[in-house]
Amino acid sequence: MNSRERILGRVRRALADVPRDDAPYEQAVSRDYAREHGQRSVAQTVELLAENLADYRAIVHRTDADGLAGLIAGLLDKRGAASVLVPPGLDEGWLAATGVTRVADRAESTPAELDRVDSVVTACAVAIAETGTIVLDGSPDQGRRRITLVPDHHICVVRVPGQVVSSVPQGIERLDPARPLTWISGPSATSDIELDRVEGVHGPRTLEVVLVGQGRIEST
Amino acid sequence: MSGTYLGMPAFPEAAREAVGNTTLRGNLRHATHTIRAKRATAVAEVSDWAELREAGKRIKDHTLRHLDRYLVRLEESVTAAGGVVHWAADADEANEIVTQLVKMTGESEVVKVKSMATQEIGLNEALEAEGIRAYETDLAELIVQLGKDRPSHILVPAIHRNRGEIRDIFAREMSEWGRPAPEGLTDTPAELAEAARVHLREKFLRAKVGISGANFMVAETGTLVVVESEGNGRMCLTLPETLISVVGIEKIVPTWRDLEVFLQTLPRSSTAERMNPYTSTWTGTTGGDGPSTFHLVLLDNGRTDTLADEVGRQALRCIRCSACLNVCPVYERAGGHAYGSVYPGPIGAILSPQLRGTGSEIDASLPYASSLCGACYEVCPVAIDIPEVLVHLRERVVQGGEVTREGNKVVLRPAKGHAAERAAMRAARWAFTHPGALRTGQRTASRTRRFHPRTLPGPGRAWSGTRELPPVPAEPFRDWWQRTRGGKDGDR
Repeated sequence: MNSRERILGRVRRALADVPRDDAPYEQAVSRDYAREHGQRSVAQTVELLAENLADYRAIVHRTDADGLAGLIAGLLDKRGAASVLVPPGLDEGWLAATGVTRVADRAESTPAELDRVDSVVTACAVAIAETGTIVLDGSPDQGRRRITLVPDHHICVVRVPGQVVSSVPQGIERLDPARPLTWISGPSATSDIELDRVEGVHGPRTLEVVLVGQGRIEST
Repeated sequence: MSGTYLGMPAFPEAAREAVGNTTLRGNLRHATHTIRAKRATAVAEVSDWAELREAGKRIKDHTLRHLDRYLVRLEESVTAAGGVVHWAADADEANEIVTQLVKMTGESEVVKVKSMATQEIGLNEALEAEGIRAYETDLAELIVQLGKDRPSHILVPAIHRNRGEIRDIFAREMSEWGRPAPEGLTDTPAELAEAARVHLREKFLRAKVGISGANFMVAETGTLVVVESEGNGRMCLTLPETLISVVGIEKIVPTWRDLEVFLQTLPRSSTAERMNPYTSTWTGTTGGDGPSTFHLVLLDNGRTDTLADEVGRQALRCIRCSACLNVCPVYERAGGHAYGSVYPGPIGAILSPQLRGTGSEIDASLPYASSLCGACYEVCPVAIDIPEVLVHLRERVVQGGEVTREGNKVVLRPAKGHAAERAAMRAARWAFTHPGALRTGQRTASRTRRFHPRTLPGPGRAWSGTRELPPVPAEPFRDWWQRTRGGKDGDR
């Protein structure tokens, strides 16, 4: 008997007390928890996202479509970045105003090569306001998981309000589990030393989130 | 579980020693009180906590009650997504599978994400014996590994160390394992974290094999989930060419949607955050993104035996948040090492004796490592009734009875140390069923009360060493009743 059969056999014997007509999954699990917490307007939800991102020490910026290229150029400039990683499907216009050397993420680039790049700019799949989380799903404008991990500076662009949901359940609903997902809530952090929070152990130590409104500049 | 903690003294001895260590008590008190207060705030933010807790409990219970079906489903979906599934009945088999998989890659070093399952089976030691070096990459695990120490907390394994101790370990040991600590390293957390970053980065960038556990596995989709803070998890999960995940069979949830419950309750219960900084999910392999080879090792190692116990099986609902450790007055004083298991605290006191059986002295003592105050049950995000299981396991230790070990029913003998207790209970039963003897005994006890010792002799000595013996009344209740009421029901 192989281990698969041995384990499954043990499980079945262990569950001899469970009746055959045990409640099916749909009835066994109550879902009377909230789909979102509190009542907010769309603008308030975006506001909450900004607050929670900042609370977890991400740096939040706001602009509109016309101001985006200039803002990103300014952020790279301020950082003193000499090179920036660009996912294959990133909107060309986003980097139109910067002269920083662009590095394409190629399948053959090694982790050591990625380590030499200063910054990375990506889009996201969805942002969750209540937890201050942005989720990347590996779409062409976000690239492979590694490109937002190895460089020390990540600029992530969120289209508001279209990409913003209130809560974790609403986020889960929008995401495709078949894709590799990275949920990011603030920059890398550790609390392993006397529970003192320290930013940045392995992931990017600086996370800048740009909330891009449609048309007009939102109030800050 | 493997014999990682073989030879550990029983909990009372280990705890007595730990309680005498004032540095340890100071470190633990600071850490548990900090996180306890933060957690309460994080939980209070969510108005539907009770409903989320109930949903989490029910999802896990339902899954456990139909575990065979969900395991088969998971295997199908992982395989369909490009992964390879292995089954390991015990620690030795799991270690053997992982060792062979690493050898097949031709590599002699691996990077590891913090994982309770691989701690439980002693994977690092097994790899070491085969000439494979495993690097722990979680900061706390690194501190433990460099300090040749053992983890003492589920979430913060180095909770028993303060910054000064950590500085000394880094300065002394880092050069043995790779890049040395910088000259003049101080004990500020930021500097210590930076030293770890530099030390580990060279390992991440060259690693070809990563080893992890998982917080959840989704049967419906074959998705694995790892939650973490530092990014070391993401490094190990995405940079290597081969990824091997060793996961206990109880970590399954049926559907993708179920994650909406646990991704709300787990971070708030464990690190007291709205969400942990990083969560990674992967489903088999994805061309061009992350490892090209993925192995999932499904681990039993006592879990099916635990499942066979109708009261004790609820321990398998545990999502390893460690909230129960942080509120436990016993853990706070004794520390994690005293439990002699990778699972310390209240959850360890019910999980370890079930996974390993109560054969050893330490495992037989663990159900007693509690004041039964119930704080652990209050904070548990999947509502495990830890006190209920503790009492159930105490009964098993004292009385023996039928249990399942390695899939077979065996009859446990009553524990030796409890012979006096059992004899006393038998004597009491006899006395209560013989009223004449009880009356004579009570009268004798009352008349000789001036001559009673303050402590008990013989087997009762330990009990009365920490307790006052209750004084025997001057007159038995029955005599008092007879005297004052004449045995009649007063005026009525």
